[in-house]
Amino acid sequence: MQFFGGSEISPSPPVPTTTGNNAHMMYVFNRNGVCLLYREWNRPLHTLNPQQDHKLMFGLLFSLKSLTAKMDPTSADKGNLGVPQLPGQGCSFHSFRTNTYKLSFMETPSGIKIILVTHPRTGDLREPLKYIYNLYVEYVAKNPLYTPGTSIRCELFNTALDQYVRSIA
Amino acid sequence: MAAIYSLYIINKSGGLIFYKDYGSKGRMDTNDSLRVASLWHSMHAISQQLSPTTGCSGIELLEADTFDLHCFQSLTGTKFFVVCEPGTQHMEALLKAIYELYTDYVLKNPFYEMEMPIRCELFDINLTQAIQKDRVVLLGR
Repeated sequence: MQFFGGSEISPSPPVPTTTGNNAHMMYVFNRNGVCLLYREWNRPLHTLNPQQDHKLMFGLLFSLKSLTAKMDPTSADKGNLGVPQLPGQGCSFHSFRTNTYKLSFMETPSGIKIILVTHPRTGDLREPLKYIYNLYVEYVAKNPLYTPGTSIRCELFNTALDQYVRSIA
Repeated sequence: MAAIYSLYIINKSGGLIFYKDYGSKGRMDTNDSLRVASLWHSMHAISQQLSPTTGCSGIELLEADTFDLHCFQSLTGTKFFVVCEPGTQHMEALLKAIYELYTDYVLKNPFYEMEMPIRCELFDINLTQAIQKDRVVLLGR
């Protein structure tokens, strides 16, 4: 798996695929499963309370990752099902689609997981997720007042994120 | 070159009732395929809970780094899913065709017990034909 060597620090936003606000919500988790950020733009249905929802989402991603690592049809040696894997190790996944939403997923080398939930007919969001990661690096990781592992409260990040997400989905 | 790596059929409670491998590396043993199938059953259910809008019926397509997984759930809760190369088209149609074969050669077989593993020779034969036909179509493009 290749990570983002040589990516620009402040690139111009990638060309928007479609217009209109199709994004439902976004999650950012760190490698311990702590939900650092949860943004919600358009979510009419809440089945659980926020903590339970975040836990369930992290559990789903964790299990789907072990499933894809075990299912990988191109490698012969896959280890046992459910063995914890380092970021970038084993076969991961980048999105799944249901009839009501599409979930795009990215994991960075440091184990930060970025999840964007959009309309099911949204195109490939791998590049936009990398751009969101760059926003995170610029506005959160480089913020001297931010303590790693705590939830993100950076107004500038939220503004930039809202603006960008509106332009992509 | 295999376009389709494997096919799974799971019953409504998540038990694997049919598994066929079409040439993936490091073939899974029986225990692993059973575990993977029930894991998929749960992931399918959880994905419905996390939907931002009502009326979600579970994962239809999972795009991994090295494969795509297409899933079709029948009205009775039986799930059919194929693991294929990334970007393979027309898998929904193939899954519907497999479902049709299942209703014809498995459900209409008087010796078949519901929710039990599928051991029907005619189903195997016709399934192989359907997959072969699909491969020929794919290679012809």
